[in-house]
Amino acid sequence: MTVKVAHNIRSQGGDGVMKNSFGESQFSSRHNGLSDRAVEEMLDVLGLDSLEELIAKVIPSGVRASEPLTLRAFSEACSEYEALENLRRIASKNIVGRSFIGMGYYDCVTPPVIQRNILENPGWYTQYTPYQAEISQGRLEALLNFQTTVIELTGLPVANASLLDEGTAAAEAMVMSQALVSKRSAGNSKCEFLVANSVHPQTLGVLMTRAEPLGIDVRVAAPEDFIFSERTFGCLVQYPNTQGGLESYTDVVEKTHSVGALATVATDLLSLCLLKPPGHFGADIVVGSAQRFGVPMGFGGPHAAFFATREEFKRSIPGRIVGVSKDARGKPALRLALQTREQHIRREKATSNICTAQVLLAVMAGMYAVYHGAKGLRRIATRVHVLASTCALLLRKGGIKVNSTGFFDTLTVDVGEKRSILVRDEAEKIGVLIRVVDDRTISVSFDEAKGVHDIVSVLSVFGVINSFDEVQTAVESSCSTIPESLRRVDSFLMQPVFNSYHSETEFLRYVRMLEARDLSLGYSMIPLGSCTMKLNATSEMIPVTWPEFSALHPFAPRSHMVGYRELFDNLEQSLCDCTGFSACSLQPNAGSQGEYAGLIVIRAYHQSRGDAHRNICLIPTSAHGTNPASAVMAGMRVVSVACDAAGNVDIEDLKLKAQQYGESLAALMVTYPSTHGVFESGITEVCSIVHSHGGQVYMDGANLNALVGLVKPSEFGADVCHINLHKTFCIPHGGGGPGMGPICCREHLAPFLPNHSVVDLEHDRGVGSISAAPWGSASILPISWMYMAMMGSDGLTVASSHAILSANYVAKRLEDDYPVVYKGENGFVAHECIINLQPLKQEANIEVEDVAKRLMDYGFHAPTVSWPVAGTLMIEPTESESKQELDRFCEALIAIRQEVRDIANGTYDSVDNPLKNAPHTVDDVTADEWNRTYSRKQASFPVPWLRSNKFWPAVGRIDGVYGDRNLFCSCDSFE
Amino acid sequence: MDFPSEYKYTKDHEWVLVVGDEATVGITEFAQSELGELVFVDLPSVGQAVEQNGALCVVESTKAASDVYAPITGTVADVNEALQEEPGLVNSSPYGDGWMVKIRDFSQEEVSALMSADEYKTLVGA
Repeated sequence: MTVKVAHNIRSQGGDGVMKNSFGESQFSSRHNGLSDRAVEEMLDVLGLDSLEELIAKVIPSGVRASEPLTLRAFSEACSEYEALENLRRIASKNIVGRSFIGMGYYDCVTPPVIQRNILENPGWYTQYTPYQAEISQGRLEALLNFQTTVIELTGLPVANASLLDEGTAAAEAMVMSQALVSKRSAGNSKCEFLVANSVHPQTLGVLMTRAEPLGIDVRVAAPEDFIFSERTFGCLVQYPNTQGGLESYTDVVEKTHSVGALATVATDLLSLCLLKPPGHFGADIVVGSAQRFGVPMGFGGPHAAFFATREEFKRSIPGRIVGVSKDARGKPALRLALQTREQHIRREKATSNICTAQVLLAVMAGMYAVYHGAKGLRRIATRVHVLASTCALLLRKGGIKVNSTGFFDTLTVDVGEKRSILVRDEAEKIGVLIRVVDDRTISVSFDEAKGVHDIVSVLSVFGVINSFDEVQTAVESSCSTIPESLRRVDSFLMQPVFNSYHSETEFLRYVRMLEARDLSLGYSMIPLGSCTMKLNATSEMIPVTWPEFSALHPFAPRSHMVGYRELFDNLEQSLCDCTGFSACSLQPNAGSQGEYAGLIVIRAYHQSRGDAHRNICLIPTSAHGTNPASAVMAGMRVVSVACDAAGNVDIEDLKLKAQQYGESLAALMVTYPSTHGVFESGITEVCSIVHSHGGQVYMDGANLNALVGLVKPSEFGADVCHINLHKTFCIPHGGGGPGMGPICCREHLAPFLPNHSVVDLEHDRGVGSISAAPWGSASILPISWMYMAMMGSDGLTVASSHAILSANYVAKRLEDDYPVVYKGENGFVAHECIINLQPLKQEANIEVEDVAKRLMDYGFHAPTVSWPVAGTLMIEPTESESKQELDRFCEALIAIRQEVRDIANGTYDSVDNPLKNAPHTVDDVTADEWNRTYSRKQASFPVPWLRSNKFWPAVGRIDGVYGDRNLFCSCDSFE
Repeated sequence: MDFPSEYKYTKDHEWVLVVGDEATVGITEFAQSELGELVFVDLPSVGQAVEQNGALCVVESTKAASDVYAPITGTVADVNEALQEEPGLVNSSPYGDGWMVKIRDFSQEEVSALMSADEYKTLVGA
């Protein structure tokens, strides 16, 4: 048994800020929003003497970390300047080559106006998922542009707002096909999925991983050799294929349909500017990556994958869909549609565990289409195609054997037996990165960032010497190698938005107009419970767009990624230091993927011990809906464990279930501190009950922000956990993605951590690929590196304590008006609190939704609505907000409470009142006619501070029913 | 709230009405009011075998998606196609135009064992 020693949380030092040995203030005092004085005042309100006293009352003594946090990689906190210098040194160890590797990752040109005003702009990257649609209209419109781009280019009528990457999008297509076909064949289960041997290898890797626990039999073959049977539910082909080849899939699609199966086509949006869209040759689902629409390769991500399908399958699409509806005044308005399909509602019945999208990247890709328009896109595609065609022509002229005939941007070259690696290595010496397909075949992919001089370099690799001018002349006389039957003949992207903003001035103003319709952290706090909307510091964001991080291909040679490896090592080690675990995988590129990865690691562990029959996953009823959805994907059966009246895991019920399933028990998924915002004192016992029956404990790390420096999950008994870097470690939410969900685990699970089908990650017994890229969304990892480097161990610990202090302060300030639903043993909450609004319904027929919308009039984004308890708000203030901001927020909620009382006492009408009519737009309060029972001032300026800083909701209350009954998800219905 | 006395009910808020050799199934007025306005009803295929307490269809409102369970074992004889276009019929007429599925080949005993209107009223406290 470990002896737990209480240790003091080091205060920030004398006059309010942490200082280094020169007396200079440190970054942590910029990140943490509370001054020492504010901390004292807040402790006074709570009736406590010190932060340590608070923490001792909040965290059960047996759970507290045995010793203070020590980050081995970041022994002393750096200033912002020093950290950037240090990271520069690491970045400079990466080598940026000219990539011709292809395989779904292409160099591209991010229009600078998009880079600076979207990618590098907190007005676009700090928001969370657009649940509160009325104050997210800008982002929703940008996402509608993305969906429209996908719809137009793929030729299918419905598209979602993006998925994590092409590999997981293909896996989602596989699972969706099986569900749809099985349903159509009246429960006759079908389990065979045919995959072309010419899909990207990383896609195949993800498919194999996903298929196995679900009992899906993946058969890999050349599309012309597909054997369709009664068991086949679908197929996947790549267009153009991974080696660049263009084949007609009309026959394959027909055969697929003839056995009642569904055809998925993985494709490339840029190629579709010149190629016949898959929707026109019968594809049922089309997936791919929108990376080359202006998003840097980033050593594998983040990028937006896309997913399009037929009208009849719209309710089965995984992920978010933006739909057009109307507001209270009948004005067109956007919102997330069909949300009840999603895992947070459907739990184990969901067909996917996908929560997040890749919003920021989808916004960029959609804006790339707006910026270039159809003509511009066609010009870029043509240019890429001409470069590839010319290269092929000149290689042939030079006596080199080019295999490719019909292709878009990628050609393959026969270099002779066993010469591939030799040729690749020679090319690398002059900075040209090409792909080895097999021992005699090389492939070369062209992209938007390449030019005539690149053809000269590529030719020289094969010993063909041409001058720049010779190549230039050949380019001018080049002709298309795309077969006539596969050429695109129809027009696309004719909607006004894609044909209006082609000067930078107009484009910039369009971007800024949309930005102004979105409430971001740049305006006010976003107190979403469970989402941890903390500061995303500018210095953390700066390295993301350094070419040494952003311009690397994920399959670049090892010698080019030395800096990245150092960064990964630092991060993996630090995440282990924080959690107490011994191994880490950075591959899962979202929290949901981390959950899934952790569970299949547990599955592989059981299998390795001859315990393959262990398939029961216990999940408390308070868990996030993603947990059961992930468990089902990992081939487990979900058994719910009850919660007691205090909201804690019901230990007696857990004992009963663990006993009942004994030999079949695989795992328990538990969130700590709980989704009810409480540090449960029974957690150690909970873990040991599961262990005593041979199960493993998966900890959902969604709430790790309350643990860092204070509690180590390994010490209370967890075996593996995921970490939302986009919550606890400052990666911005991007308006609904990107995220990152690495997992950390104990020694005994380490051999089973994910490996990768293209890059060897040295986990021989690993579970396979979870994500398309070996290190997930690598290019956003510098954000978390910077955060840890600048905070240091003490700064991180203070951050956790301040997050807890702020939540308790808010709970205390609100308790007279809104009772707190769950508290820990000593009457305190963890880093978030759930307040009860159910009495308002009885009192004045006010729903929690009305309060959420009314908060917009006060300039705030609502906390999490009705989750995890119906009729409540869950508030997570985070450590980054100042006391003034917390006070302002509390005052808004208290003022709204008074408005509710005024409805109850008859001052306001029961229907025509400021809450039911919220939010109030400029149109509302400036209309000539005003016949409401309250004043325009009360409507839009109910508190004085709004006079100097007012955020106007772009639309009034959105009609959700209309939008869900009539799904429109393209710009055509929103002009 | 209205709970017609000639109908039978389940604790999961479905109702059954037997006419001839077909049993019509829908959800109760109480269920529709709890769900709010429906936006979609996912109906089973005609000819599909259903088991008592097994999933029959899924109803979606803007705030919830819920399974409707088969009150009795049998075969789907017919489904209410009108709900595809107008799911709101379930809200406006839960016992009439908002019916969902007709089941044949069922056992009369299973139907008889279901709750009466009075028993169901007690359950929902109406």
